[in-house]
Amino acid sequence: MGKWTRRAFISAGVVAGGALLVGVSIRPGKRHQGMAGLVAEDGETLVNAYVKIDVDNHVTAIIPHSEMGQGAQTALTQMLADELDAEWSSVSFMEAPAEDDYANWALGKGYLAGDADVPESLVPSLDGAFMAIASAMHMQITGGSLSVRTTGVTGMRVAGAAAREMLVTAAAEAWGVPPSEITTRNSHLIHEASGRDATYAEFAAAAGEMTPPRSPALKTPDQFRLMGKSVARRDIPSKVDGTAAFGIDADVPGMKYAAIIGAPVFGAEVASVDAAAAEAMAGVDRIVTLDNAVAVVADGYWRASQALSKVKVQWTSTPNDGLDSDAIFAQFDRDLDAARAGGESTADVEQGDVAGAFSGADQIVEATYRVPWLAHTCMEPMNATARVEDGTCEIWVGSQNPLGYRYEIAAALEMEVENVVLHQHFMGGGFGRRATPDTAIQAARIAREIGAPVKLIWSREEDVRHDLYRPAVMSKFRAALDPNGAVTGWENVYHEKHEPVEAPTIPYAVAAQHIHHTASPTHVPFGAWRSVDHSQHGFFTESFIDEVAVAAGRDPYEYRRELLADDPRRLAVLDMAAEKAGWGERLGPNQGRGIAIQSSFGSIVAQVVDVTVTDGKLSVDRIVCVADCGFAVSPNGLTAQMESGANYGLTAALYGNIEIEQGAVKQSNFHDYEAVRMDVSPRVETYILNSGEAWGGAGEPGTPGIAPALANAVFQATGLRIRELPFKLHDLRSPVETDEVELTG
Amino acid sequence: MVTLRVNGQTHELDVDPQMPLLWAIRENLKLTGTKFGCGVAQCGACTVHLDGNPIRSCVTPVAAAAGRNVTTIEGIGSDNGLHPVQEAWIAEQVPQCGYCQSGQVMAAVALLASNAVPDDDAIDAAMKGNICRCGMYGRIRSAIKRAANPQLAEAVETFDPAAATEEMRHG
Repeated sequence: MGKWTRRAFISAGVVAGGALLVGVSIRPGKRHQGMAGLVAEDGETLVNAYVKIDVDNHVTAIIPHSEMGQGAQTALTQMLADELDAEWSSVSFMEAPAEDDYANWALGKGYLAGDADVPESLVPSLDGAFMAIASAMHMQITGGSLSVRTTGVTGMRVAGAAAREMLVTAAAEAWGVPPSEITTRNSHLIHEASGRDATYAEFAAAAGEMTPPRSPALKTPDQFRLMGKSVARRDIPSKVDGTAAFGIDADVPGMKYAAIIGAPVFGAEVASVDAAAAEAMAGVDRIVTLDNAVAVVADGYWRASQALSKVKVQWTSTPNDGLDSDAIFAQFDRDLDAARAGGESTADVEQGDVAGAFSGADQIVEATYRVPWLAHTCMEPMNATARVEDGTCEIWVGSQNPLGYRYEIAAALEMEVENVVLHQHFMGGGFGRRATPDTAIQAARIAREIGAPVKLIWSREEDVRHDLYRPAVMSKFRAALDPNGAVTGWENVYHEKHEPVEAPTIPYAVAAQHIHHTASPTHVPFGAWRSVDHSQHGFFTESFIDEVAVAAGRDPYEYRRELLADDPRRLAVLDMAAEKAGWGERLGPNQGRGIAIQSSFGSIVAQVVDVTVTDGKLSVDRIVCVADCGFAVSPNGLTAQMESGANYGLTAALYGNIEIEQGAVKQSNFHDYEAVRMDVSPRVETYILNSGEAWGGAGEPGTPGIAPALANAVFQATGLRIRELPFKLHDLRSPVETDEVELTG
Repeated sequence: MVTLRVNGQTHELDVDPQMPLLWAIRENLKLTGTKFGCGVAQCGACTVHLDGNPIRSCVTPVAAAAGRNVTTIEGIGSDNGLHPVQEAWIAEQVPQCGYCQSGQVMAAVALLASNAVPDDDAIDAAMKGNICRCGMYGRIRSAIKRAANPQLAEAVETFDPAAATEEMRHG
């Protein structure tokens, strides 16, 4: 290894054979054995490398994020290759192993502990949300729309720039010329005056002997060659010819197959099992009882699932056995009213004279909104393949949090984490669901019990009924208006407080605000669902501001504009959405157009939804989406995320409705938990606004604005204000005659 | 014993004749491109061709396929490479997670075999049985149109750094 110090943030070295490794590291020391095989055949230890330059001048980016279709692996590779001035055709990437050395928190941990010299350019990035995440342990999570804006900005770019700078320095020394005279291009070092031209590989060894620069110069956007360009995603070819390996495709010699059923009521456990009929069926190997589930192991999945249907399970009773959705929503209603009446609540925002605003109001607007639980329904049902033998556990799975899985599996099996090996696969959808290792732990327990490898596959019914759900939430609003229709006071109380903490806040200039939350716990497990708390608060706040605008007799877009007068960045996004959508155009009969803007995960997205409601039948005709993520690393990738986020939000708005009946989830499969399909999916037009502000996320910000923009459009088309999702619950036959509507503005 | 002819190859399988074709394809023949999504013919991830027609292999007993021609995603490419539908899928950068895409491609190949230039309504009718939770319907629609008529397809703005760097070198 080359020289590097305990306090180095950037580290570099040469491994056997002469390959250069550059990483962003905070600590030296013996690396985990699992990493040694990655780059050093002779077992040399290494740092948490992000880039490797081989002797044949091939560049490998090592990516600590998993791929679920969001394109992060290609985008992160672009960021590294651009700073490195690497030849794109000879750049490849590999996913980092699930080791502590690649945990995202490591990027910030040294900074937190004052243990590393962080490059100047990164100091502004290591703030707020990122530090909160960095302070959590064992996270190698792909979520929170974080890949590009944290690992990319603080890891890949820095590693690429540092490697480039070291190569230049090494060449300058060898050639006896000033580093400033050396240019880099296509993985080559060039000194034009003398006509010298060398590959990176020629100087890799020399560069690896150097002390890495503390603050390598990052490119400015005008110098980007790859960032900002829509390069073809590297994972796509394998996804059109059937060769992409998802977790469910794992093939372990000698493996058996398991089907499972969990306790219908959350919190219940297995009381007794009558498996006689199942055990007698052909191909059935074993019945395995876990605490709260029963699995059948057989020589094929179909036989396992057939036999499972013959197993008679008695579940323990719980206090929630008689609960249904209505009773839970009634509880929310009571708890919110109690909080409003002076009971316990915690303020998110408390500013100005709220009481005065309401007592002096010319008009008060009030509304209550509610959203149901939502399942993720990833296309690939939950599954994991496990082998437990000789005190070790191997898991084949697609995970948003491979390192966290290892730790939790180790804890569940009472094993050392070093003895848990995870083989990461593509994920057939994640959306937050694959950050939780419940299925993998079940597979590991079954494998341990039967003493053979086992592939556990959840049925779709199991997936719908044993998800970790976007919570059902109720939110109550009051707004005070002055005689001019200006909003002077804003009061909002809700329950279910998770992340991001700013989700319920509003961007609008309202002097007096009280936004607060209280607790109203349920027995339904919580899970992060694409955009997390923004998924409900976007609907609440962007519907309510629309209602306020209508009460003020104003155009909803113009009304928002005035309240954003001091926020040019949001205003630009809102204006562009209105312009692209043709806001103010005359619409046909039964048509409506709604707008919404939501900032989340560091990005601002405004959406305009067009609808036609004919005899109560809702058609979503078009979605216009404007996204300001600061800078779009891959415009086509960002566009794809906006299209995806919009359809994910639309599915939830139109259909998504998990109901609780007798304590259990009522829905079971795509016939009663529907998804938007080809014939319903509207045209989605995406426009990118590169504001140059701090880079934001892409995976989630396209989701929260769809439901409110849709509700606002339906209101305009029908006069019906939908305050409870999903839309399928409502009769949209218009109570009032609608004629051609003309929007102002 | 059930005789299955899959992608031109004949297999004798010792399986329950009532077992869905999906599991014979995935577990017995190890052709894992065909996916399990719902088990009740609601999502289309398991779509394969039976004598050229798209079917849901998750609800088709293996016995119903015996002696007939089954084609899976692994069997649609030519010897020289990809099927034109697959090429269009790459050109339009369709897949995200990719899990539903084998089924989508199989449904699209069947559509184009029966309707060389499908309009939007025909695409809706043929494709609405296939769910994509990543919501890539717009791209699927564009890719079908591209495959039907490649020369009319609008150029997708995908940057080719190799071409660009060549230009820089010589220019």
